[in-house]
Amino acid sequence: MYEHDVIVVGAGGAGLRAAIAAHEAGADVAMVSKLHPVRSHTGAAEGGINAALQEGDDWELHAYDTMKGSDYLGDAPAVETLAQDAPEETINLEHWGMPFSREEDGRVSQRPFGGLSYPRTTYAGAETGHHLLHTMYEQVVKRGIQVYDEWYVMDLATTDESDPNDRECHGVVAYDVQSGNIEGFKANQGVVLATGGPGQAFDHTTNAVSCTGDGHAMAYRAGAPIEDMEFIQFHPTSLPSTGVLISEGVRGEGGILYNNEGERFMFEHGYANNSGELASRDVVARAELTEVNEGRGVEDEYVHLDMRHLGEERIMDRLENILHLAEDFEGVDGLVEPMPVKPGQHYAMGGIEVDENGQTCVNGLYAAGECACVSVHGGNRLGGNALPELIVFGKRAGRHAAGDDLGEPEIRTGYGDDVEDETETELPVQPGEAGLDTTGGVAADGGVTADAEGILERTVETARDRVDTLMDKEDGVQHAEIRAKLQKAMTDYVNVFRTEEGVKKALEIIRECRQEYQDVYVDDPSKTFNTDLQQTIETRNLIDVAETIALGALVRNEFRGAHWRQENQIRDDENWLKHTLISWDDGEPSIFYRPVILEGQNKTYEPKERSY
Amino acid sequence: MSTQQAEPETQEAPEDPEMKGAESPAAEERKGGGMVDEHAEKKAELEGETVHLKVFRYDPEVEGKQEPRFDDFHVPFEKGMTVLDSVMYARDEYDSSLTFRHSCRQAVCGSDAFFVNGKQRLGCKTQISELEQPVRIEPLPHQEVVKDLVVDMDHFYDQMHTVEPYFQDEDTPPVDDLEEQRQSPENREKIKMSSRCIWCGACMSSCNIAAGDNEYLGPAAINKAYKFAMDDREGEEIKEHRLRILEQEHGVWRCQTQFSCTEVCPKDIPLTEHIQELKREAVKKNLKFW
Repeated sequence: MYEHDVIVVGAGGAGLRAAIAAHEAGADVAMVSKLHPVRSHTGAAEGGINAALQEGDDWELHAYDTMKGSDYLGDAPAVETLAQDAPEETINLEHWGMPFSREEDGRVSQRPFGGLSYPRTTYAGAETGHHLLHTMYEQVVKRGIQVYDEWYVMDLATTDESDPNDRECHGVVAYDVQSGNIEGFKANQGVVLATGGPGQAFDHTTNAVSCTGDGHAMAYRAGAPIEDMEFIQFHPTSLPSTGVLISEGVRGEGGILYNNEGERFMFEHGYANNSGELASRDVVARAELTEVNEGRGVEDEYVHLDMRHLGEERIMDRLENILHLAEDFEGVDGLVEPMPVKPGQHYAMGGIEVDENGQTCVNGLYAAGECACVSVHGGNRLGGNALPELIVFGKRAGRHAAGDDLGEPEIRTGYGDDVEDETETELPVQPGEAGLDTTGGVAADGGVTADAEGILERTVETARDRVDTLMDKEDGVQHAEIRAKLQKAMTDYVNVFRTEEGVKKALEIIRECRQEYQDVYVDDPSKTFNTDLQQTIETRNLIDVAETIALGALVRNEFRGAHWRQENQIRDDENWLKHTLISWDDGEPSIFYRPVILEGQNKTYEPKERSY
Repeated sequence: MSTQQAEPETQEAPEDPEMKGAESPAAEERKGGGMVDEHAEKKAELEGETVHLKVFRYDPEVEGKQEPRFDDFHVPFEKGMTVLDSVMYARDEYDSSLTFRHSCRQAVCGSDAFFVNGKQRLGCKTQISELEQPVRIEPLPHQEVVKDLVVDMDHFYDQMHTVEPYFQDEDTPPVDDLEEQRQSPENREKIKMSSRCIWCGACMSSCNIAAGDNEYLGPAAINKAYKFAMDDREGEEIKEHRLRILEQEHGVWRCQTQFSCTEVCPKDIPLTEHIQELKREAVKKNLKFW
């Protein structure tokens, strides 16, 4: 058994920042990650970091833009914290040597991004995430923080009191990918989940293969509610063949979208008469698909993104990486021809419910980054707001876990007297009907609270049994088959455009996947680097996460942000200024709601019609 | 520009691995498995082509895989298919034990560097259509093979850490929380290419010197040091400290300018040039050399 004060699970942007912060607060901190830190998906972020750095801009404008972008589903205390802390955190990266793009006077450059009233996106070429990731990993090396890389965290060691608010997380159980050993990691002060997005629930995604929602699924099964999962961002510009991301920076610098008739459709078809290509992402993604659906797409699949007019010099200075991506993955030279683009799954606005300090309702359990929902992005995330979220809330989670006093949070978590109960929506399948013998769960049985080590040992035993079961089984279904079926169902039915019938169909297929998973087995008999086993465990997580996305999409019977519903194409503020929460209750999901907080420090954000 | 591609040495590949692979019953079975797969056959008909892969296999734990061999896979070709796509297909459709690292699929995570047709390349960035068949896919040479295409990266990471790969600002005046350190666009441009390294290990694997001298810092670590040494935001004293690390016996002077690192770098970093420039800096500072 390993033991540390704070265990950070995942070593991307949020995890690294949390670890550094916990270390600075005096904790003995360790990171446990299924990838080596420099392999994390934060490295693929391209656009930049929103921070009100310049004169003429201020945090209140950033907060306002973020609330508007969120379609008034962001919680004001979280949104304002993001906007207030982003400048200092961004400059802190500069102090750590991050190679930002520069102006003539030597200051960091900023550029326009979608949905922003001021050009406040700080960037490093079109590879901001790569530099952010490496800069923070360098600081982890400098501080000598312990990293257990290629250790796959399978489960949380959590007590099982009937009310999750009374539960306590004492550590994690992880599997050494190289050797196959399963060990407990005791966390004396806290566990911070920073496991990234769940993009692999979809088959056309900008997300890495490793983005399998492990943190979501583990927290969910430990009793922490999962919030607003129906809000999935589809990025307007991903390459059609692979899903590789083409940064919003292209449009920020002046890139233009055309349909197959050469029309600049964002204006000519009236999707966004003021902002055009720089409307927020949900608006542009829907516009593109509408063009395709109405027969104005190229090859009935995509539209064109043209940056040729920007000139070689500007492209090489600010978007060079985009040229390489278009060339390598689509065979297109962005200097001489327009690039094919279509919407691709990109980001989950929702995630594990946390407060401003990164804490879930389970004591000692924190989450930060894309796996968490504070919520700053509400119904739609603005480009350039993911990276400040990582550093601002990663730092807060790390500090709080290490015992720093950050004050009372305004955002509440877990089931309490401020929530609205269960939905009336009829579900197409009975959730929880599939038996789940091999899947692990909460450690203590019968509500008995054993000591931390006892809880951890029991969780380790459960995990070992689970792996033995998967490995001993001689035949059955392979995870790849289930995963492919799940991904297809999500892309077919829970995509940019959603219908009630379609989402119900998706839920039925997800339920089938859950049933088939009962018969899953691992073909590779080896303990050494068994990716077959790892992906089998990940697939179970994807099933859980996909179910929360589809359930959320079914019950939210309105049109808000990225969540478009055919039956109700208006935002319903009267009934839906609230978060969707889904918690895992005795092996089945239960749904409840918490009102959104629109009262900020100095003002209340009044929902207005969102136009760009 | 001369390049010299090293043959795999550290792995215990049979002398004629192709023969070995063809003889292996398991390999035959897999080949068959690939060929008879109905779905694959249908697709192949549609596309009219399959790609023939010869993939290195080794597992220290599994009987029948302890002796390294090559397995044949025939995967249906699709337009735009990369080497990574092809091995993922082989794994998901034919043999779930086929093991390799991969994650982002877009050339930034650096985890899928393989030895493809005799050259270190990123699987995700290499189009299958550009390669001669059969496409031979092996783990990176000069690194210990853990299993199949997975190599032990610990030595690579250790060398990266040796050069103190983090910004050191002890010499610069303290700045307040919101005050930036200024850096000219020219200086940023100077370090830009070096900052693109994704730690894939292709350069180190291609370097004959690194193959023969385990202590040689290697092109990736030297390039990492270059990024800091050339950054004007770090003070003179730190720069000299960095050069002292680099001019040691197993540092920059070991480089024999064979350009193999530069040749294989998937991010087009001029590694050899950076190493030469650091040698010149060391001379200018009058640091001793070996």
